[in-house]
Amino acid sequence: MSDSQDLTGTGAPQGGPQPGDRDQITLINVRQGSFGALGDTSGFDGLVRPVQMPGASERPYGEWFDGVVDVLEELLGDDAAAAIEHVVVDRGELTLRIAREHLLAVAQHLRDDQDLRFEMCLGVSGVHYPADAGRELHAVYPMQSITHNRRLRVEVAVSEQDPHVPSLVSVYPMNNWHERETWDFFGIVFDGHPSLARIEMPDDWVGHPQRKDYPLGGIPVEYKGAEIPSPDNRRQYR
Amino acid sequence: MTQTAPHATGAFTEDPDAPEYSAYGGDWSEIADEATRLGQQRIVVNMGPQHPSTHGVLRVMLEIEGETVQETRAGIGYLHTGIEKNMEFRTWTQGVTFCTRMDYVASMSQELVYCLGVEKLLGITDDVPERANVLRVLMAELTRIGSHLVAVGTGGNEMGATTVMTTAFIAREETFKVIEMISGLRTNNAYIRPGGVAQDAPEGAVKAIRDMIPQVKQKLDELVDLQLANPIFKGRLQGVANLDLAGCMALGITGPILRSAGMPYDLRKSEPYCGYETYDFQVPTSTDGDAYSRVVLRLEECYESLKIVAQCADRLEASEGEPVMVADKKIAWPAQLSVGSDGQGNSLDHIRHIMGESMEALIHHFKLVTEGFKVPAGQVYSAIEGPKGLLGVHLVSDGGTKPWRAHFRDPGFNNLQALGILTEGGQVADVVVAIATIDMVLGGVDR
Repeated sequence: MSDSQDLTGTGAPQGGPQPGDRDQITLINVRQGSFGALGDTSGFDGLVRPVQMPGASERPYGEWFDGVVDVLEELLGDDAAAAIEHVVVDRGELTLRIAREHLLAVAQHLRDDQDLRFEMCLGVSGVHYPADAGRELHAVYPMQSITHNRRLRVEVAVSEQDPHVPSLVSVYPMNNWHERETWDFFGIVFDGHPSLARIEMPDDWVGHPQRKDYPLGGIPVEYKGAEIPSPDNRRQYR
Repeated sequence: MTQTAPHATGAFTEDPDAPEYSAYGGDWSEIADEATRLGQQRIVVNMGPQHPSTHGVLRVMLEIEGETVQETRAGIGYLHTGIEKNMEFRTWTQGVTFCTRMDYVASMSQELVYCLGVEKLLGITDDVPERANVLRVLMAELTRIGSHLVAVGTGGNEMGATTVMTTAFIAREETFKVIEMISGLRTNNAYIRPGGVAQDAPEGAVKAIRDMIPQVKQKLDELVDLQLANPIFKGRLQGVANLDLAGCMALGITGPILRSAGMPYDLRKSEPYCGYETYDFQVPTSTDGDAYSRVVLRLEECYESLKIVAQCADRLEASEGEPVMVADKKIAWPAQLSVGSDGQGNSLDHIRHIMGESMEALIHHFKLVTEGFKVPAGQVYSAIEGPKGLLGVHLVSDGGTKPWRAHFRDPGFNNLQALGILTEGGQVADVVVAIATIDMVLGGVDR
């Protein structure tokens, strides 16, 4: 199958890194076939298309981004290179990929330094990328600075086998429930959280429902003699 | 994996001999007598999840000593419906129909923040037509008025002032009349769509908006007259459920609660979207930080929103006939609706166009409705000032026609964390006031 053709219609380069590309850092998904369900007679089943997240950016990042990264690097000192894995600027938003060992220190600096002053963490959103081997689970923290009127994103990637991320509750107490929710739905363990209990699902629930390998559920519906499968089993465009 | 994680709904005390009472309504005096007989000072009381003052299905666990609350815990999740998971199995446009049902008292705020996120992913933020933005602002502000009126009205009702509730709901109904006229539905509208809005305002909409404003204003005046100088009302709310600025910042509180603590933070001013920077309105604040000041702020915000609504009416009049959806036919939702003789239906002009005049239009219609449009891979965060605070959405696309992940930061979910600090050390009766002052809707909290 051709890897170089743009079959998604998104204009994004397909088939992994290409000359002149930014570093690819997150494999979102490997799309197969053309219609979610396989077993199609059209011949499109054989299509295999890896889809990457926009990769790492080079300096200058533009806007206020360089200043913030400079200050953070200075504050982290010798740890800067190990702490900040990648800097991504995409669609006018700054994303910092942080190594989990340094997450607490980074959060502390982001909150306390007068040039950074990200007073609020707007929670944590889990994302599951089953195809991104070794970094399947991502914890995404949007940080809001009211003082400077800025927002950036801190992203931490861990594996399914070792889904541990340090809790930010000691720095951002507001993240208490948000981390419980992400534990509940994705099974990311926030070490140091004061009470990491499930919050939306019942306490005795088994599994983490927002993971991609967790079925949506639903039952097939019979309509005029034909059976219509539940939404996640339908033949569908993806 | 920490399978031994503590349970949120677990017992307060590890004492297995602690007596346990179950109340199912009506037998409260027997339990009180029994408790008196046993001479227990501290008791744990479950309030909800079916308690009428918990705005849905919130369970509050109170440890009380006499009338004083010693510890408060909130148990949520009773209204979790997996909306975010469901959105991963529907097209980007269908997602609107799901997220509008989260905080069902402020439906169109979620639609707006979600569509702004999708547009950012598509890179078409600046292509959304001006008239669509005016309609979006109009809807967002009518929604804000409706949400604040529910907050104030139900809050009054819970304290025994039924008239406050009926007056507020009458005013809210006036906003619904306009919303229904334009979107076709009172709530759960699915009106704001990626790229614009579902359809243009019908004939007579501007007049309906202008007729509505004095009606709502009159009811707001009534609410102000009824409540703000009332000694009983002031006695119940002033100095109750205090939260200062430091507390707000620690708990990430936004919206009227943050503004009642003195911080004039409003995303409509700090990060304007949909052209809010071109509207003339104020952001009311207070430094009292109590339940009373939050009621005052919500009412003042309604007046400010009415000012914006009036400006929207002028702009709608001036932009008559302009498009309300992006020009890109690969994104613009093709179906146009019109009111048929049975009160619903597709626009006959549109049907004639796709069936009789243009094969390309038919293909586009079919492709968009069945498959949807593809969104380039990436992630964005978009945030707006919802009625209850900062409403954010984190969207991830894998380049397909469905979201890879859609996560909403519901302000009510975040703000409900403050229930403990608002109630502990206070009276049991003030718990009701504190819940009303947070103004969360459990549909949004649990999603």
